[in-house]
Amino acid sequence: MADNALFQFLLRMGDNSLILGHRVSEWCGHSPVLEEDIALANTALDLIGQTQFWLGLAGEVEGKGRSADDLAFLRDAWDYRNVLLCELPNGDFGQTLMRQFLYDAWASVMMGRLMTSSDERVAAIAAKASKEVAYHVERSGDTVVGLGDGTEESHARMQAALDYLWPYVGEMFDSDEVDAAMVKAGIAPDPAGLREEYDALVGKVLGQATLTIPTDTFHHKGGRTGYMHTEHLGHLLCSMQWLQRAYPGATW
Amino acid sequence: MGQPSVDTIWDWLDQVPDPEIPVISLVDLGIIRDVKWEGDTLKVAVTPTYSGCPATSVINFDIETALRDRGIEKLTLTQQLSPPWTTDWLSDKGKAKLEKYGIAPPSPKGEPERCPNCGGHNLERTSQFGSTPCKALWRCRDCLEPFDYFKCI
Repeated sequence: MADNALFQFLLRMGDNSLILGHRVSEWCGHSPVLEEDIALANTALDLIGQTQFWLGLAGEVEGKGRSADDLAFLRDAWDYRNVLLCELPNGDFGQTLMRQFLYDAWASVMMGRLMTSSDERVAAIAAKASKEVAYHVERSGDTVVGLGDGTEESHARMQAALDYLWPYVGEMFDSDEVDAAMVKAGIAPDPAGLREEYDALVGKVLGQATLTIPTDTFHHKGGRTGYMHTEHLGHLLCSMQWLQRAYPGATW
Repeated sequence: MGQPSVDTIWDWLDQVPDPEIPVISLVDLGIIRDVKWEGDTLKVAVTPTYSGCPATSVINFDIETALRDRGIEKLTLTQQLSPPWTTDWLSDKGKAKLEKYGIAPPSPKGEPERCPNCGGHNLERTSQFGSTPCKALWRCRDCLEPFDYFKCI
Protein backbone atom coordinates (compact mmCIF):
# COMPACT_ATOMS: atom_id res chain seq x y z
CA MET A 1 0.00 0.00 0.00
CA ALA A 2 2.76 2.44 0.95
CA ASP A 3 4.49 1.99 -2.40
CA ASN A 4 1.22 2.32 -4.28
CA ALA A 5 0.43 5.56 -2.45
CA LEU A 6 3.89 6.88 -3.31
CA PHE A 7 3.32 5.87 -6.92
CA GLN A 8 0.01 7.76 -6.97
CA PHE A 9 1.61 10.80 -5.36
CA LEU A 10 4.41 10.82 -7.94
CA LEU A 11 1.90 10.47 -10.78
CA ARG A 12 0.07 13.51 -9.45
CA MET A 13 3.26 15.54 -9.36
CA GLY A 14 4.45 14.35 -12.77
CA ASP A 15 1.07 14.61 -14.48
CA ASN A 16 0.62 18.19 -13.26
CA SER A 17 3.89 19.30 -14.82
CA LEU A 18 3.44 17.16 -17.94
CA ILE A 19 -0.06 18.35 -18.80
CA LEU A 20 0.61 22.00 -17.96
CA GLY A 21 3.96 21.80 -19.78
CA HIS A 22 2.25 20.44 -22.87
CA ARG A 23 -0.45 23.12 -22.70
CA VAL A 24 2.14 25.89 -22.43
CA SER A 25 4.12 24.39 -25.31
CA GLU A 26 1.04 24.87 -27.52
CA TRP A 27 1.96 28.57 -27.57
CA CYS A 28 5.25 27.90 -29.29
CA GLY A 29 5.29 30.07 -32.41
CA HIS A 30 1.97 31.76 -31.54
CA SER A 31 2.76 34.22 -28.75
CA PRO A 32 2.04 37.94 -29.05
CA VAL A 33 5.73 38.88 -29.14
CA LEU A 34 8.99 37.01 -29.58
CA GLU A 35 10.17 37.47 -25.98
CA GLU A 36 6.95 35.96 -24.65
CA ASP A 37 7.18 33.09 -27.09
CA ILE A 38 10.66 32.28 -25.83
CA ALA A 39 9.58 32.67 -22.21
CA LEU A 40 6.61 30.33 -22.60
CA ALA A 41 8.67 27.73 -24.47
CA ASN A 42 11.32 27.83 -21.74
CA THR A 43 8.70 27.49 -19.02
CA ALA A 44 7.20 24.50 -20.84
CA LEU A 45 10.67 23.00 -21.17
CA ASP A 46 11.32 23.27 -17.43
CA LEU A 47 7.96 21.64 -16.70
CA ILE A 48 8.59 18.76 -19.10
CA GLY A 49 12.05 18.32 -17.55
CA GLN A 50 10.54 18.11 -14.09
CA THR A 51 8.06 15.58 -15.49
CA GLN A 52 10.91 13.31 -16.55
CA PHE A 53 12.13 13.22 -12.95
CA TRP A 54 8.71 12.70 -11.33
CA LEU A 55 7.44 10.12 -13.80
CA GLY A 56 10.85 8.44 -13.98
CA LEU A 57 10.73 7.94 -10.22
CA ALA A 58 7.06 6.89 -10.42
CA GLY A 59 7.99 4.12 -12.85
CA GLU A 60 10.85 3.03 -10.60
CA VAL A 61 8.60 2.93 -7.52
CA GLU A 62 5.89 1.05 -9.39
CA GLY A 63 8.47 -1.61 -10.29
CA LYS A 64 6.83 -2.83 -13.49
CA GLY A 65 9.54 -1.55 -15.78
CA ARG A 66 7.58 1.47 -17.07
CA SER A 67 9.68 4.48 -18.06
CA ALA A 68 8.69 8.16 -17.88
CA ASP A 69 7.94 7.98 -21.62
CA ASP A 70 5.73 4.91 -21.15
CA LEU A 71 3.74 6.71 -18.47
CA ALA A 72 3.42 9.87 -20.55
CA PHE A 73 2.48 8.31 -23.86
CA LEU A 74 0.82 4.99 -23.08
CA ARG A 75 -1.86 5.96 -20.57
CA ASP A 76 -5.33 7.18 -21.41
CA ALA A 77 -7.20 10.11 -19.86
CA TRP A 78 -8.69 8.14 -16.94
CA ASP A 79 -5.23 7.14 -15.72
CA TYR A 80 -4.01 10.73 -15.50
CA ARG A 81 -3.77 12.28 -12.03
CA ASN A 82 -3.19 15.97 -12.76
CA VAL A 83 -5.44 18.62 -11.22
CA LEU A 84 -8.07 19.95 -13.63
CA LEU A 85 -6.48 23.41 -13.63
CA CYS A 86 -3.50 22.11 -15.63
CA GLU A 87 -5.57 20.69 -18.49
CA LEU A 88 -7.83 23.71 -19.07
CA PRO A 89 -7.46 25.32 -22.50
CA ASN A 90 -5.01 28.19 -22.97
CA GLY A 91 -7.67 30.76 -23.84
CA ASP A 92 -6.05 34.10 -24.56
CA PHE A 93 -2.56 35.05 -23.44
CA GLY A 94 -3.91 36.55 -20.23
CA GLN A 95 -5.78 33.37 -19.30
CA THR A 96 -2.65 31.30 -19.94
CA LEU A 97 -0.57 33.53 -17.66
CA MET A 98 -3.27 33.59 -14.98
CA ARG A 99 -3.42 29.77 -15.03
CA GLN A 100 0.38 29.71 -14.88
CA PHE A 101 0.47 32.05 -11.90
CA LEU A 102 -2.20 30.11 -9.99
CA TYR A 103 -0.20 26.92 -10.56
CA ASP A 104 3.27 28.43 -10.01
CA ALA A 105 2.19 29.85 -6.67
CA TRP A 106 1.05 26.38 -5.54
CA ALA A 107 4.18 24.73 -6.95
CA SER A 108 6.48 27.20 -5.19
CA VAL A 109 4.88 26.44 -1.81
CA MET A 110 4.75 22.68 -2.51
CA MET A 111 8.38 22.36 -3.67
CA GLY A 112 9.54 24.29 -0.62
CA ARG A 113 7.87 21.71 1.63
CA LEU A 114 9.01 18.71 -0.42
CA MET A 115 12.65 19.74 -0.12
CA THR A 116 12.56 18.32 3.41
CA SER A 117 10.86 15.08 2.34
CA SER A 118 11.93 11.91 4.15
CA ASP A 119 12.42 10.37 0.70
CA GLU A 120 15.77 11.63 -0.60
CA ARG A 121 14.75 11.15 -4.22
CA VAL A 122 11.66 13.32 -3.76
CA ALA A 123 13.69 15.94 -1.90
CA ALA A 124 16.31 16.04 -4.69
CA ILE A 125 13.71 16.57 -7.44
CA ALA A 126 11.97 19.25 -5.36
CA ALA A 127 15.25 21.07 -4.70
CA LYS A 128 15.97 21.08 -8.43
CA ALA A 129 12.45 22.12 -9.42
CA SER A 130 12.12 24.79 -6.74
CA LYS A 131 14.78 26.97 -8.40
CA GLU A 132 12.91 26.86 -11.69
CA VAL A 133 9.53 27.36 -10.05
CA ALA A 134 10.79 30.43 -8.18
CA TYR A 135 11.74 31.94 -11.52
CA HIS A 136 8.39 31.00 -13.08
CA VAL A 137 6.28 32.51 -10.31
CA GLU A 138 8.26 35.74 -10.48
CA ARG A 139 7.52 36.04 -14.17
CA SER A 140 3.88 34.90 -14.15
CA GLY A 141 3.20 37.09 -11.09
CA ASP A 142 4.77 40.14 -12.77
CA THR A 143 2.75 39.53 -15.93
CA VAL A 144 -0.51 39.12 -13.99
CA VAL A 145 0.18 42.46 -12.27
CA GLY A 146 1.16 44.13 -15.56
CA LEU A 147 -1.96 43.00 -17.37
CA GLY A 148 -4.36 43.23 -14.41
CA ASP A 149 -3.25 46.74 -13.56
CA GLY A 150 -2.96 47.64 -17.24
CA THR A 151 -5.49 48.96 -19.69
CA GLU A 152 -9.25 48.68 -19.32
CA GLU A 153 -9.21 45.87 -21.89
CA SER A 154 -6.38 43.89 -20.30
CA HIS A 155 -7.87 44.35 -16.83
CA ALA A 156 -11.26 43.02 -17.98
CA ARG A 157 -9.64 40.01 -19.63
CA MET A 158 -7.57 39.17 -16.54
CA GLN A 159 -10.61 39.46 -14.28
CA ALA A 160 -12.54 37.17 -16.64
CA ALA A 161 -9.62 34.70 -16.58
CA LEU A 162 -9.53 34.76 -12.79
CA ASP A 163 -13.30 34.27 -12.56
CA TYR A 164 -13.05 31.27 -14.92
CA LEU A 165 -10.00 29.66 -13.29
CA TRP A 166 -10.62 30.32 -9.60
CA PRO A 167 -13.10 27.40 -9.16
CA TYR A 168 -10.25 25.08 -10.21
CA VAL A 169 -7.82 26.33 -7.54
CA GLY A 170 -9.40 24.47 -4.63
CA GLU A 171 -8.57 21.01 -6.00
CA MET A 172 -4.86 21.63 -5.40
CA PHE A 173 -5.58 21.63 -1.66
CA ASP A 174 -7.83 18.55 -1.48
CA SER A 175 -6.61 15.64 0.64
CA ASP A 176 -7.37 11.93 0.48
CA GLU A 177 -5.93 8.61 1.68
CA VAL A 178 -2.93 8.94 -0.65
CA ASP A 179 -2.01 12.23 1.01
CA ALA A 180 -2.59 10.74 4.45
CA ALA A 181 -0.13 7.95 3.63
CA MET A 182 2.42 10.51 2.38
CA VAL A 183 2.07 12.58 5.54
CA LYS A 184 2.46 9.47 7.71
CA ALA A 185 5.66 8.48 5.89
CA GLY A 186 6.99 12.05 6.06
CA ILE A 187 7.26 12.11 2.27
CA ALA A 188 4.89 14.97 1.46
CA PRO A 189 2.75 17.51 3.33
CA ASP A 190 -1.02 17.50 3.60
CA PRO A 191 -2.07 19.73 0.65
CA ALA A 192 -4.67 21.42 2.86
CA GLY A 193 -1.80 22.78 4.96
CA LEU A 194 -0.42 24.76 2.01
CA ARG A 195 -3.51 26.89 1.62
CA GLU A 196 -2.65 29.66 4.05
CA GLU A 197 0.74 30.36 2.50
CA TYR A 198 -0.79 30.12 -0.97
CA ASP A 199 -3.61 32.55 -0.18
CA ALA A 200 -1.14 35.06 1.24
CA LEU A 201 1.05 34.95 -1.90
CA VAL A 202 -1.83 34.92 -4.38
CA GLY A 203 -3.79 37.56 -2.47
CA LYS A 204 -0.82 39.91 -2.50
CA VAL A 205 -0.17 39.60 -6.23
CA LEU A 206 -3.84 39.74 -7.26
CA GLY A 207 -4.25 42.79 -5.03
CA GLN A 208 -1.38 44.52 -6.83
CA ALA A 209 -3.03 43.48 -10.08
CA THR A 210 -6.24 45.27 -8.93
CA LEU A 211 -8.16 42.03 -9.48
CA THR A 212 -10.96 40.67 -7.28
CA ILE A 213 -10.88 37.08 -6.05
CA PRO A 214 -14.33 35.47 -6.46
CA THR A 215 -16.05 34.86 -3.13
CA ASP A 216 -17.80 31.61 -4.08
CA THR A 217 -15.92 28.73 -2.43
CA PHE A 218 -17.23 25.97 -4.73
CA HIS A 219 -14.47 24.07 -6.50
CA HIS A 220 -14.29 21.50 -9.29
CA LYS A 221 -12.48 18.25 -8.60
CA GLY A 222 -11.82 14.81 -10.02
CA GLY A 223 -8.46 15.28 -11.74
CA ARG A 224 -5.98 14.32 -9.03
CA THR A 225 -8.10 11.30 -8.00
CA GLY A 226 -8.77 10.34 -11.62
CA TYR A 227 -12.50 10.27 -10.89
CA MET A 228 -13.38 12.52 -13.80
CA HIS A 229 -11.29 14.80 -15.98
CA THR A 230 -12.69 17.60 -18.12
CA GLU A 231 -13.40 16.92 -21.78
CA HIS A 232 -10.29 18.95 -22.59
CA LEU A 233 -7.78 16.32 -21.46
CA GLY A 234 -8.73 13.78 -24.12
CA HIS A 235 -8.19 16.34 -26.87
CA LEU A 236 -4.82 17.29 -25.42
CA LEU A 237 -3.73 13.64 -25.28
CA CYS A 238 -4.89 13.09 -28.88
CA SER A 239 -2.30 15.59 -29.96
CA MET A 240 0.43 14.72 -27.42
CA GLN A 241 0.17 10.94 -27.86
CA TRP A 242 -0.51 10.94 -31.60
CA LEU A 243 2.76 9.34 -32.63
CA GLN A 244 2.54 6.42 -30.20
CA ARG A 245 -1.09 5.84 -31.17
CA ALA A 246 -0.38 5.90 -34.90
CA TYR A 247 2.85 3.90 -34.65
CA PRO A 248 2.68 1.84 -31.43
CA GLY A 249 6.10 1.21 -29.93
CA ALA A 250 7.87 3.63 -32.28
CA THR A 251 11.28 4.71 -31.00
CA TRP A 252 13.45 7.66 -31.95
CA MET B 1 48.41 0.93 -20.60
CA GLY B 2 47.66 1.78 -16.96
CA GLN B 3 44.59 3.64 -15.81
CA PRO B 4 44.69 7.38 -16.55
CA SER B 5 44.59 9.33 -13.29
CA VAL B 6 41.44 11.08 -12.18
CA ASP B 7 43.22 14.42 -12.76
CA THR B 8 43.91 13.42 -16.35
CA ILE B 9 40.24 12.57 -16.85
CA TRP B 10 39.26 15.99 -15.47
CA ASP B 11 41.68 17.59 -17.98
CA TRP B 12 40.09 15.63 -20.80
CA LEU B 13 36.60 16.66 -19.73
CA ASP B 14 37.78 20.27 -19.55
CA GLN B 15 38.39 20.01 -23.29
CA VAL B 16 34.78 18.98 -24.03
CA PRO B 17 32.86 22.11 -25.04
CA ASP B 18 29.34 22.84 -23.88
CA PRO B 19 27.17 22.09 -26.94
CA GLU B 20 25.16 25.31 -26.63
CA ILE B 21 27.89 27.68 -25.52
CA PRO B 22 31.03 26.13 -27.01
CA VAL B 23 33.46 28.71 -25.61
CA ILE B 24 33.20 27.10 -22.18
CA SER B 25 33.87 23.50 -21.23
CA LEU B 26 31.65 21.11 -19.32
CA VAL B 27 34.04 21.48 -16.39
CA ASP B 28 33.75 25.30 -16.59
CA LEU B 29 29.99 24.92 -16.46
CA GLY B 30 30.29 23.02 -13.18
CA ILE B 31 28.08 20.12 -14.21
CA ILE B 32 30.71 17.39 -13.77
CA ARG B 33 30.17 16.53 -10.12
CA ASP B 34 32.42 13.52 -9.62
CA VAL B 35 35.02 11.44 -11.43
CA LYS B 36 36.26 8.22 -9.90
CA TRP B 37 37.52 4.75 -10.68
CA GLU B 38 35.73 1.77 -9.25
CA GLY B 39 37.95 -1.15 -10.15
CA ASP B 40 38.41 -0.94 -13.91
CA THR B 41 35.20 1.12 -14.43
CA LEU B 42 35.29 4.88 -14.69
CA LYS B 43 32.32 6.58 -13.05
CA VAL B 44 31.36 10.12 -13.99
CA ALA B 45 28.51 11.92 -12.23
CA VAL B 46 26.81 14.70 -14.19
CA THR B 47 24.14 17.12 -12.98
CA PRO B 48 21.68 18.88 -15.31
CA THR B 49 21.67 22.68 -15.46
CA TYR B 50 17.90 23.00 -15.98
CA SER B 51 15.49 20.05 -15.71
CA GLY B 52 14.41 20.24 -19.32
CA CYS B 53 17.61 21.48 -20.94
CA PRO B 54 17.70 19.78 -24.34
CA ALA B 55 21.51 19.83 -24.27
CA THR B 56 21.59 17.24 -21.46
CA SER B 57 21.48 14.18 -23.71
CA VAL B 58 23.99 15.73 -26.12
CA ILE B 59 26.31 16.45 -23.19
CA ASN B 60 26.20 12.82 -22.06
CA PHE B 61 26.92 11.71 -25.60
CA ASP B 62 29.86 14.14 -25.89
CA ILE B 63 31.35 12.96 -22.59
CA GLU B 64 31.10 9.35 -23.65
CA THR B 65 32.63 10.06 -27.05
CA ALA B 66 35.52 12.07 -25.59
CA LEU B 67 36.39 9.38 -23.07
CA ARG B 68 35.98 6.43 -25.43
CA ASP B 69 38.15 8.19 -28.02
CA ARG B 70 40.89 8.25 -25.40
CA GLY B 71 40.62 4.55 -24.75
CA ILE B 72 38.26 4.38 -21.78
CA GLU B 73 36.34 1.17 -22.28
CA LYS B 74 34.31 0.69 -19.13
CA LEU B 75 32.39 3.84 -18.40
CA THR B 76 29.29 4.61 -16.35
CA LEU B 77 27.59 8.00 -16.51
CA THR B 78 25.22 8.76 -13.67
CA GLN B 79 22.82 11.63 -13.26
CA GLN B 80 23.23 13.38 -9.92
CA LEU B 81 20.33 15.68 -9.01
CA SER B 82 21.36 16.67 -5.51
CA PRO B 83 22.65 19.19 -4.65
CA PRO B 84 21.01 21.06 -7.54
CA TRP B 85 23.27 22.86 -10.00
CA THR B 86 24.04 26.47 -9.21
CA THR B 87 25.82 29.12 -11.24
CA ASP B 88 28.20 29.42 -8.26
CA TRP B 89 29.88 26.34 -9.76
CA LEU B 90 30.87 28.16 -12.94
CA SER B 91 34.65 28.44 -13.00
CA ASP B 92 36.30 31.89 -13.03
CA LYS B 93 37.95 30.89 -16.28
CA GLY B 94 34.52 30.04 -17.66
CA LYS B 95 33.01 33.34 -16.52
CA ALA B 96 35.80 35.29 -18.22
CA LYS B 97 35.31 33.32 -21.43
CA LEU B 98 31.56 33.94 -21.36
CA GLU B 99 32.05 37.68 -21.10
CA LYS B 100 34.61 37.73 -23.89
CA TYR B 101 32.13 35.77 -26.03
CA GLY B 102 29.45 38.42 -25.41
CA ILE B 103 27.42 36.71 -22.68
CA ALA B 104 27.31 38.56 -19.37
CA PRO B 105 28.30 36.06 -16.65
CA PRO B 106 26.00 35.40 -13.68
CA SER B 107 26.25 37.85 -10.86
CA PRO B 108 25.06 37.34 -7.27
CA LYS B 109 22.98 40.52 -7.41
CA GLY B 110 20.77 38.79 -9.99
CA GLU B 111 21.57 41.05 -12.92
CA PRO B 112 24.56 41.64 -15.19
CA GLU B 113 27.47 43.66 -13.77
CA ARG B 114 28.12 45.42 -17.05
CA CYS B 115 27.51 45.25 -20.78
CA PRO B 116 29.78 42.53 -22.22
CA ASN B 117 30.23 44.64 -25.37
CA CYS B 118 31.06 48.16 -24.14
CA GLY B 119 31.28 47.73 -20.35
CA GLY B 120 28.39 50.16 -19.85
CA HIS B 121 26.25 50.06 -16.71
CA ASN B 122 23.06 51.53 -18.14
CA LEU B 123 21.24 48.24 -18.70
CA GLU B 124 17.69 46.97 -19.03
CA ARG B 125 16.14 43.53 -19.14
CA THR B 126 14.08 42.77 -22.24
CA SER B 127 13.07 39.21 -21.31
CA GLN B 128 13.42 36.92 -18.32
CA PHE B 129 14.22 34.09 -20.72
CA GLY B 130 16.55 33.74 -23.69
CA SER B 131 17.70 31.37 -26.39
CA THR B 132 18.55 28.63 -23.87
CA PRO B 133 17.05 27.90 -20.42
CA CYS B 134 20.15 29.30 -18.69
CA LYS B 135 19.99 32.77 -20.23
CA ALA B 136 17.92 35.97 -20.17
CA LEU B 137 17.81 38.82 -22.69
CA TRP B 138 19.22 42.22 -21.77
CA ARG B 139 20.05 45.41 -23.62
CA CYS B 140 22.67 48.08 -23.06
CA ARG B 141 21.31 51.64 -23.25
CA ASP B 142 24.83 53.00 -23.81
CA CYS B 143 25.86 51.06 -26.90
CA LEU B 144 22.27 49.96 -27.71
CA GLU B 145 23.40 46.38 -28.25
CA PRO B 146 21.25 43.49 -27.01
CA PHE B 147 23.09 40.74 -25.14
CA ASP B 148 22.56 37.45 -23.35
CA TYR B 149 22.87 37.28 -19.58
CA PHE B 150 23.68 33.96 -17.93
CA LYS B 151 20.97 33.73 -15.25
CA CYS B 152 22.12 33.39 -11.67
CA ILE B 153 20.55 30.41 -9.91
